[in-house]
Amino acid sequence: MAISEDVVVIGGGLAGSVGALSAARTGASVRLISHKESTLRHASGLIDVLGYPNGGEQPVVNPFDALDELPTGHPYSVVGASGVRDGLALFDEITGDLYVGGHTDRNALVPTQQGTVKPTARYPRSMAAGLASDDREMLLVGFESLSDFDAPLAADHLEAAGVPFESRGVTVRFPADLRADAKLTRFATALERARTVRALAETIEPHLDGAERVGVPALLGEDDAAAVRADLESRLGVSVFELPGGPPSLPGVRLADRLFEALDSAGVHVSTGVPVVGYEAEEDRITSVLVDRGSHAPHPYHAREFVLATGGLVGKGIDSDRNGVREPIFDCHVPHPEDRYDWFLDEAFGDHPFARFGVIPDDELRPVDNQGDPEFENLRAAGSVLGGANIAAEKSGSGISLATGTLAGRLTREAI
Amino acid sequence: MVDSPEVLVIGGGSTGCGIARDLAMRGLGVTLVEKGNLTNGTTGRMHGLLHSGGRYAVSDQASAKECIEENRVLRDIASHCVEMTDGLFVQRPEDSDEYFEEKLQGCRECDIPVTVLSAEEARTKEPALAGDVERAISVPDGAIDPFRLCVANAVSAEQHGARIETHAEVTDVLLEDGAVVGCEVRHDSGSGKRVHRTPGTTEEIRADYVVNATGAWAGQIGELAGVDIEVRPSKGAMVIMNVRQVDTVINRCRPKGDADIIVPHETTAILGTTDEEVDDPEEYPEERWEVDMMIEELSKLVPILRESRTIRSFWGVRPLYEPPGTGTTDPTDITRDFFLLDHEERDGLAGMTSIVGGKFTTYRMMAERIADHVCEQFGITADCRTADEPLPGSEDFEVLQDHMEAFGLRSPIGRRSTQRLGSRAEEVLTTDDPNPVVCECEAVTRAEIQDAIDQSGTDLNAVRIRTRASMGNCQGGLCCHRMANELHPEHEEPTVRTALDELYQERWKGQRHALWGEQLSQAMLNHVLHGTTMNRDRDPARHETVNFDAFDAGAPDSGRREEPDGD
Repeated sequence: MAISEDVVVIGGGLAGSVGALSAARTGASVRLISHKESTLRHASGLIDVLGYPNGGEQPVVNPFDALDELPTGHPYSVVGASGVRDGLALFDEITGDLYVGGHTDRNALVPTQQGTVKPTARYPRSMAAGLASDDREMLLVGFESLSDFDAPLAADHLEAAGVPFESRGVTVRFPADLRADAKLTRFATALERARTVRALAETIEPHLDGAERVGVPALLGEDDAAAVRADLESRLGVSVFELPGGPPSLPGVRLADRLFEALDSAGVHVSTGVPVVGYEAEEDRITSVLVDRGSHAPHPYHAREFVLATGGLVGKGIDSDRNGVREPIFDCHVPHPEDRYDWFLDEAFGDHPFARFGVIPDDELRPVDNQGDPEFENLRAAGSVLGGANIAAEKSGSGISLATGTLAGRLTREAI
Repeated sequence: MVDSPEVLVIGGGSTGCGIARDLAMRGLGVTLVEKGNLTNGTTGRMHGLLHSGGRYAVSDQASAKECIEENRVLRDIASHCVEMTDGLFVQRPEDSDEYFEEKLQGCRECDIPVTVLSAEEARTKEPALAGDVERAISVPDGAIDPFRLCVANAVSAEQHGARIETHAEVTDVLLEDGAVVGCEVRHDSGSGKRVHRTPGTTEEIRADYVVNATGAWAGQIGELAGVDIEVRPSKGAMVIMNVRQVDTVINRCRPKGDADIIVPHETTAILGTTDEEVDDPEEYPEERWEVDMMIEELSKLVPILRESRTIRSFWGVRPLYEPPGTGTTDPTDITRDFFLLDHEERDGLAGMTSIVGGKFTTYRMMAERIADHVCEQFGITADCRTADEPLPGSEDFEVLQDHMEAFGLRSPIGRRSTQRLGSRAEEVLTTDDPNPVVCECEAVTRAEIQDAIDQSGTDLNAVRIRTRASMGNCQGGLCCHRMANELHPEHEEPTVRTALDELYQERWKGQRHALWGEQLSQAMLNHVLHGTTMNRDRDPARHETVNFDAFDAGAPDSGRREEPDGD
């Protein structure tokens, strides 16, 4: 049977999910096609909007004050401040209790497992008690068999960053019999048993020594994280928070799960595990995308409007070989220097040109060709597939995904 | 005549470490100084081929004979550094029959065991070979880990009383009455193991004899001593693949040329190489065409390489030398033989000999010759024992293979660890504490990292070359920070941070030559992980103070003591 929808969204990450939810608002039929597990599952779970515009070293307090400083061609310049606010509003609506940060425009500085602090606009509730602008004394607790996080080192690092509170760290043995190289999810699942939480509280308690909050790596439960944390807090009598890290990242997994629940409630059809390998078009309109379902020929999924949210270099929405960079499904124009030795800088943390690779949108988020004209009338792009931003340096990836996903969804629904 | 002479060896590559071990085993006092890490120069920048001698069997039979002899010795004394993969000299349709026959004849003349394989037999042995190859000659080539071998020599030298100083650069050669009497060295972070952020010191090391084993850098030491040493450094590019596309060393069977060898090395395959003379062993261009040519040329032997993922590229400089007046113009024609330059005979400067030229595979033989020469100066008659006494890690290795599973590690991890550590496995891996995996790509556990830290202080690149941690597909993206964590609490937070930054930058350097396709995707993932998730690029700890009060301190329901100011 032929599949036909009003809207097809390609990509199941943050941008694709909010794009689909935004498009489905007025009852349009929407299908989301996701090839692999979302890269969100590896991400910290923090929702950064803008931390460091234009290569600055000082974090900005209010990202909305800094949007104007961004260069033209930056995705935020296309969506504007109102687009960013719309994206955050939709995110707050989807995530509800799971996230905090909507009470203010100001960035929060969230301590990481590395012992750095990071500016972010929304953070999981499980991280709320850890904010670096809160001056309560902090105890960090790490586990001998988790080599990613060294709590005493992270505590010293926080102090080196000049945080306004005392910070100590301790490394303990995890109170459950896990093999030495157990994955993070094993820890999380073990903590969903009450006796493990009780034993963990007993392990931490002697080290409290006046600390008013306790931070652990983000592993407090997989499905039932709020209950695990509440149980631990009541046993210890102090606030407990998680520190972001990974991959793997449970806060990222929890967010991905929440987005899929929302897609389900909104009636979005989701096809997972299948790649989009091509498309069919009539003149300047796409009529269908071709999906490889493992049968001998790719299957066409028809729609009136399409959203490209396949991710950037990490998610493979942007691909490259020794000779060039391309967008693999529609072959949308991706500007890049001809010589691949001009794609990077010699400093590891330099402002690498490759970090900005992506398609270029017009003011309706339609990818444009090298003449500046839309590649297709009915294709919009959202998230990391868009070029023009160094999301790692700016700390802007999630905000761009939310703002462009929400706007792409709205424009799509208006076009139908 | 001195009863117990003190010898200063300059250079911590395979030759220098081999000389230090040999002399120390003969009872001489030895100090070795190296300006970087062990293997810092040419040794750490080679393709890891244990020559059978086959490559030189036509052009340079003396070298070929030395190679096969030392090949047999190293399999014995350095078994934990060697993997006997075998090698093939593969003939393509455009390669001449005549040369194939010459190669076969040459190998036989040099006592290199050979078997001729038909195209079908060759592809049965190595299925990735191109469909149109004609035939192949099988020889006992192998893969060798130059890092492990060099470190094992240094450890053995220390066990025999030698002093090994890394990050100790020679700043002057001390001359008295027309003779060399020692060197002035600059310790980057004080003597002993390197610890970042420790202030540097200067030391005068006096010696009864000095050996200049600095290879491509020999001319620079010569200059400090006022003698001319005409090394002709020649660069070679090598490209590292993500997996072992082949399990056998693959050589192209043709007279000479660039891009004619693939060496399976640990979890990777290394493509080599080019041969171009350079002026300065440290400053030379690393160019795109070299990487592209390596992939294109070697795809003719193993087509899958064209589509495969490369993870980094690196360049090394050969310490080529030819006696003054030889006048060879093409560096590929310069002999691979080694030369012992006694500066007393040659320049009238007593107390110092330089060793130049030569190949990694014959490092032990070179070390033996120069150790003999040093002993002669002092009338010492002690025998060389380095061909018979196994290196640390290679004693009773087979017995240990049976106990691989004994360390509470999953079998693939236990196997990899035991292969690296050889007979040291039990000593290193036995621990009462949890022993998690730190580097997943290379299966390196905390116990192995800690053992390497014991040897090398805060230098994480020295930990890397000892363990292979951070040398896999992710190029340290997922493990650099874990390795750094292991330095704490012995070393303080700022020191750990500096050590981490240095390792991360070193890992980035080689990846720049592999930035397309999968590896560009990996590079962006690493950039996002270390930039976005960890904020290491804009870490407030290394920048000016942040005004914490200005930022969100929590929602009204957050449970903190003070209410937020609101907006």
